[in-house]
Amino acid sequence: MSARDEILAKVRSALDGVEPAYAVPPAPRVPDRGDLAALFVERVEDYRAVVTRCAAPDLAGVVAQVLDGARAVVPPGLDLDLPGAVTDDGFTAYELDRFDAVVTRARVGIAETGTIVLDHAPDQGRRAISLVPDLHVCIVDAGQVVADVPDAIALLDPARPLTWISGPSATSDIELDRVEGVHGPRTLHVVLVS
Amino acid sequence: MRVALQITCVNDAMFPDTGKAVVRLLRRLGVEVDFPAAQTCCSQPMVNTGYLDEAVPVVRAYVDAFSGYDAVVTPSGSCAGSVRHQHALVARRSGDPGLVAAVADTSPRAYELSEFLVDVLGVVDVGAYFPHRVTYHPTCHSLRMLGVGDRPQQLLENVRGIELVDLPHATECCGFGGTFALKNADTSVAMGADKARHVRDTGAEVLVAGDNSCLMHIGGMLSRQRAGVRVMHLAEILAATA
Amino acid sequence: MSGTFVGMPAFPTAAREALGDTQLRRNLAHATRTIRDKRAKVVAEVEEWEELRLAGAGVKEAALRDLATHLETLEDSLTRAGATVHWARDAEEACAIVASVTKAQGADEVVKVKSMATQEIGLNEALEADGIAAWETDLAELIVQLGEDLPSHILVPAIHRNRAEIREIFRRRMGAVGRPAPDGLSDEPAALAGAAREHLREKFLRAKVAVSGANFAVADTGTLVVVESEGNGRMCLTLPEVLISVVGIEKVVATWADLDPMLRLLPRSSTGERMNPYTSTWSGVTPGDGPQEVHVVLLDNGRTRALADDVGRQALRCIRCSACLNVCPVYERVGGHAYGSVYPGPIGAILNPLLNGVTDPQTASLPYASTLCGACFEVCPVRIDIPSVLVDQRAAVVDSHRDDRIPKPEAVAMKGAAWTFSSARRLARAEQASGLAGRVLGRFSRTTLPGGQAAAGRLPGPAAGWTSARDLPAPPAESFRAWWLRTNGGTDGGQDGGGS
Ligand code: SF4
Repeated sequence: MSARDEILAKVRSALDGVEPAYAVPPAPRVPDRGDLAALFVERVEDYRAVVTRCAAPDLAGVVAQVLDGARAVVPPGLDLDLPGAVTDDGFTAYELDRFDAVVTRARVGIAETGTIVLDHAPDQGRRAISLVPDLHVCIVDAGQVVADVPDAIALLDPARPLTWISGPSATSDIELDRVEGVHGPRTLHVVLVS
Repeated sequence: MRVALQITCVNDAMFPDTGKAVVRLLRRLGVEVDFPAAQTCCSQPMVNTGYLDEAVPVVRAYVDAFSGYDAVVTPSGSCAGSVRHQHALVARRSGDPGLVAAVADTSPRAYELSEFLVDVLGVVDVGAYFPHRVTYHPTCHSLRMLGVGDRPQQLLENVRGIELVDLPHATECCGFGGTFALKNADTSVAMGADKARHVRDTGAEVLVAGDNSCLMHIGGMLSRQRAGVRVMHLAEILAATA
Repeated sequence: MSGTFVGMPAFPTAAREALGDTQLRRNLAHATRTIRDKRAKVVAEVEEWEELRLAGAGVKEAALRDLATHLETLEDSLTRAGATVHWARDAEEACAIVASVTKAQGADEVVKVKSMATQEIGLNEALEADGIAAWETDLAELIVQLGEDLPSHILVPAIHRNRAEIREIFRRRMGAVGRPAPDGLSDEPAALAGAAREHLREKFLRAKVAVSGANFAVADTGTLVVVESEGNGRMCLTLPEVLISVVGIEKVVATWADLDPMLRLLPRSSTGERMNPYTSTWSGVTPGDGPQEVHVVLLDNGRTRALADDVGRQALRCIRCSACLNVCPVYERVGGHAYGSVYPGPIGAILNPLLNGVTDPQTASLPYASTLCGACFEVCPVRIDIPSVLVDQRAAVVDSHRDDRIPKPEAVAMKGAAWTFSSARRLARAEQASGLAGRVLGRFSRTTLPGGQAAAGRLPGPAAGWTSARDLPAPPAESFRAWWLRTNGGTDGGQDGGGS
């Protein structure tokens, strides 16, 4: 018997006499928290990420200011005029390592947990570009912010690769003392556009 | 209401004064308790060591002794927990449908002392007087297996003259754990030492709990350390009067 | 280049050694207390936490109860998404699959995302024997690997090490396997994390093959989920050309929507955060993005054994958050190594016997490594009733010895106790004897217990375990039972139980 068939047979015999149908209690919803954008900002900042709020017409200027001349890579679908930024051209990991920053948009923001989710559509680019550079500038539209995790799950397409980001990379591996900045971007700068 | 006292094997043999206190306290509150002479042990020592077959006749003895009572009150969170949560398991193991049915009938009527006082009798002021500085250790089985919540504290707060002080890290296990205290004596002692230190830190004269097994362990540590802190069962404080 | 749990002594012996290590106890007490407090704070923030736990337990329970169906669905979804699915009956098969996929790439090294499954199967050692270097990239795993040490915690495998010890390990060992630690490295956690970043960067950038586990595998979409903090996971899941994920068959959840309670429960229970810094999900191969060759190894290795256990099955709901370790008073004092397995603490005390059986004495000692205080059950996000499973596994240990030709002294004692306790008459006689013994003991004792009861000091024999550090009250001369009989329940002669 193949390993597959043997394992499946063992699973079936282990569950012999066990009723397969099982009613899962529904997951509770969070109570209404009021102003989602404000909660989102507060929770993102709790992770020691930086948040700037701006109006749509000022976006390009604000991002340029945040970059402050850093060498930035941007995804091909980023609809923003950033002087000096280089559009991703399938760079190797080594090439990406020479950029200081990356600018992307996002798919959804989660207020309750201060999380941003990228689904790596053309305005966010492939996963590697938002990972290797040390500064990630992430543009989130206020309209993209949802209340909690279940709302995000319902919106997201699991067929796409997804990256959920909650603050800069961090570790608590040394004496459970939290340190920001290990392998992922050490600085996360969120620009919330309303 | 017919009420029986389940003394527990440990109290019966080692701490009869706790049983006497329960009788005195309940009598004062107008409850005449029976002591069914056929009772022995709740079977927990066997069950928690893994001897389920050996537990079967003991559970049978419990059921024989206590069937027919409206309530069985016991001065031990651990034994009440064993009756309520483990008897069904032992009965299933026996394969005897008669025992399964009997246990389903007796188990839900077992009450730990503070539950009986607060929930069944509906009293929190039992008219006790105890002018001492006291700290309370909530034992694990009362707290997490039975969920007695703050019933013991409510009862203690209403004792006249008492000075109740909070025990730091109160909900942490004292390290007794039945046969754990012997099988893993070093770890048990390490846990007990921390508990004893927290007790000493309160400056209390008396450590009170709802289980004499845990008190025997913590008290045994305090005694060895010549700490000068007395250990008392909740029933003994509630039974005390001016 | 790492230690082994093989040949570890039984728990009580290993625990005694650990208890003697004061540095270890300080490190553990500090770390567990910190993480406990963090968890308590973020859990308290969720008003409907108990409902969320019920939902989480339900999602996992439902997946387990129809596991064969979900596994077939998962295989199908993964295959359609461009992944190659392998099945491994045991550790050896799983390691062989990883080695052969790696070699087919002509690679002699892999970068690894922290994964319990690959630790469980001893993947690093197996690959090393095959000439393949496996680089752990999680900071704590790196500390353990460089220190040729053993993991002692599910989430923070180096929890037993403090900053000074870690600096020493980095200074001594990094240079031998790659970029050395910088000169003048301080023991500040930020500096140590920085050294790890520099050391591992070159490994990430050049790696062709990565190995991961998965926190969840979604059957209906073929999605794997990795929850992490440092970004080492993202590096491994994104940059290499080939990704091999070793996934225990119990990691399956039925649907994409099922991830909701899980992703709310796990970070708060685990690191004590509202959400962990990074969660990556992927379904097979995405053209032009990430690894273009994706392998998934579905692992049994004892899981079907646990699944067949009606009481123990619930242990397979475990999402490896480690909350039960952090609140366990036993774990807090002895640490993880004493459990002799990559799965320490309360979950380890049930999972190891369930996966492997209780035939070997070390594993058989684990279900007894608990006071049954219930703190683990209280925090478990998927409501595993660990105390009940512990008791059930103790019964499994006892039952495995029922046919011994020479019964253990404990079995003899328990049979005797059962005989005494099944008859009140026999019990009364035993109490008379103990009362007599009490009078004798009391006379010899120098101490009295608080409350006035005579105490027995140090005793020989089986009682020595108790009396080495604790006084034992000497039994009173008269049992409660005898008193009740003599005084008619305290009503004759106003003795004790009467009015006062
Ligand atoms: S048993 Fe529960 S608390 Fe322990 S690691 Fe598993 S999920 Fe977490």
